[in-house]
Amino acid sequence: MRSVFKYLAVASLLGLPIAGHADTGDAEAGEKVFQQCKGCHQVGAGAKHRSGPHLNGLFGRKAASLDDFRYSKSFQRAGAGGLEWHADTLDVFLENPRAMASGTRMSFRGIKNADDRANLIVYLRTFSDDPANIPEADPTAQALDHDLDPAILALKGDPEYGEYLSGECTTCHQAAGGDDGIPSITLWPEDQFVVAMHAYKTKQRNHPVMQMIAGRLGDDEIAALAAYFKDLEN
Amino acid sequence: MTLNRRTFLGASAVAAATLAAPMVRAQGKPRVVVIGGGAGGATAARYIAKDSKGDVDVTLIEPTRTYYTCFFSNLYLGGIKDIDDLGHSYGGLAAGGVNVVHDWAVGVDRDAKTVTLAGGGSLPYDKLILSPGIDFVDGAVSGWDLSAQNAMPHAYKGGSQTELLKAQLKAMPEGGTFAMVAPPNPYRCPPGPYERVSMVAHYLKANNPTAKIIVADPKPKFSKMALFQEGWNNHYAGMVDWIGEDFGGGEVSVDPATMTVTIDGEETKVDVCNVIPAMKAGRIAEIAGVTDGNWAPVNAADMSSKADPDIYVLGDASQQGDMPKSGFSANSQAKVCANAVRGALTGSKVFPAKFSNTCWSLIDANDGVKVGATYEATDEKIAKVDGFISQTGETSDVRKATYEESEGWYAGITADMFGASV
Ligand SMILES: Cc1cc2nc3c(=O)[nH]c(=O)nc-3n(C[C@H](O)[C@H](O)[C@H](O)COP(=O)(O)OP(=O)(O)OC[C@H]3O[C@@H](n4cnc5c(N)ncnc54)[C@H](O)[C@@H]3O)c2cc1C
Repeated sequence: MRSVFKYLAVASLLGLPIAGHADTGDAEAGEKVFQQCKGCHQVGAGAKHRSGPHLNGLFGRKAASLDDFRYSKSFQRAGAGGLEWHADTLDVFLENPRAMASGTRMSFRGIKNADDRANLIVYLRTFSDDPANIPEADPTAQALDHDLDPAILALKGDPEYGEYLSGECTTCHQAAGGDDGIPSITLWPEDQFVVAMHAYKTKQRNHPVMQMIAGRLGDDEIAALAAYFKDLEN
Repeated sequence: MTLNRRTFLGASAVAAATLAAPMVRAQGKPRVVVIGGGAGGATAARYIAKDSKGDVDVTLIEPTRTYYTCFFSNLYLGGIKDIDDLGHSYGGLAAGGVNVVHDWAVGVDRDAKTVTLAGGGSLPYDKLILSPGIDFVDGAVSGWDLSAQNAMPHAYKGGSQTELLKAQLKAMPEGGTFAMVAPPNPYRCPPGPYERVSMVAHYLKANNPTAKIIVADPKPKFSKMALFQEGWNNHYAGMVDWIGEDFGGGEVSVDPATMTVTIDGEETKVDVCNVIPAMKAGRIAEIAGVTDGNWAPVNAADMSSKADPDIYVLGDASQQGDMPKSGFSANSQAKVCANAVRGALTGSKVFPAKFSNTCWSLIDANDGVKVGATYEATDEKIAKVDGFISQTGETSDVRKATYEESEGWYAGITADMFGASV
């Protein structure tokens, strides 16, 4: 267990303002930095796990310790080895995620700019209740924000077909879950996978390769892929 | 070594049927032999072994122990990648249950269904997959043949040729001239020569800024032309002189002894000359008798040869329709083929063919562009469905993201070909 003092010490060392206190400017800047994380992580009221775990109550938490999220083996090992999330450990991790946990599925190259990291850490800090007295985020589950026909979402995918179709994905997205510039899509919750692919199909998400690939996938094919990738572990 | 032609097939069909009935083999597992451990062959071998879970015996024949990708080899010329970044071993395939034989295939007996190896011996097959890549058309560039490849490298197969070209680039005198003879269509990697021009220019700009690049091109236009030309103007103004067909770019001869290039009657002394001749299917496809002209025609639905239903041809060597000859295409075709071959041999479900391709090119450090398309199988060919291309005038953020994506693709496709490295 780390104390408040430890956090303060690190914070001053990094030149970080203390979250929840005066300097909201930096948390605001951090919110902007968080845009890069939003594809995979939610934070705040109603935050749920997406491809990455939600980040409420992150500070002081042991790595890979939320029961209902499937962490990479790398992170499970790191957690078992005593890694806890604090400003200092987050700073190191965010600079180069792979350096700290080589097998992380976090498809992100890291934030090289120390100010951006510091701002982000302050922002995330506002969603943890220790040491400052910030209430935990409201745990009420919230639907994913999309306007997809529930009938499409309810389709049961055929994982065997999904495995075949996945050949078209694995030329770029590594089946073992690694990432080096193209995001990991393994162990992605089924509904989120379906929502994302339909968003490409309808060009609400904009990436030309993905719009093209999703554009010709039928509803059944998207369901099949989602059913396959949700359990794909290396 | 017997050369089997289509005409022999009728006569031998009866005999062949008694020897090897597909599906129900009297003894042992069905056997697949794959010739060529590149983008097409390595992927096909890995997928059949992986998906059949040991029910199919898969042998891959490949002479080299380390496969050096052509993809990203231009980035090595530009100094952005190391040669070691491009090398991949076959250990992952062997661990995945593929029998890897390091040898050359020198003959295919289609009646006996065996492949002869240079080291002696032969391997029986029920299904044979050919993915031998390319060879060069004899006499395509006047004055050049394979014996000139040390003086004037093609660097269009991976490994030592690429290293040789890099060494020559580094040794260029100040203000010297780098010439490229570009190939006619169709050839491996349509944007490849132009990405190479970009990366050579990138190297020269930093190390030899008064040097010049001349490109003699038999084509009037080329892949991503507007994007490349915009990039050459922006990054390497005045360095690149591209001479297309309209200006006699196709009227070329070279003399390796004097290091001269003659374009449309005008002779120039050059310091490096990269000759990329017209291409054809790797020779073993011709030896197997499955080529028609320079390439091996295939059925789009499963990549089976039009000359022999038990032979499949993947990647650059195949003549399939609209897909460009690229590593991405070969990898995509291999997965369709693997599914069909496994189905034919084990009765597993065969799903409809789907193909796709995206080719990223690097114009300058962090200035990446891409072009891609999806394809489907029709009765005649692999036909294009939909596509996209990067736009001129994109912001540097977009271009940088495109480059980073290409790094992701490289890691993805090499893991898909060779298995995740351990
Ligand atoms: C400069 C350059 C840049 C490129 N960039 C890209 C790119 O960015 N993206 C992209 O998708 N593609 C790119 N390509 C194209 C890509 O390299 C090829 O299209 C791809 O390798 C084709 O795969 P293949 O399986 O047909 O042949 P290859 O990958 O060439 O594999 C053929 C293999 O067969 C072996 N072989 C040949 N004959 C025999 C025999 N008789 N017995 C046993 N083995 C044999 C060879 O040793 C070789 O390993 C590039 C090519 C070049 C030259």
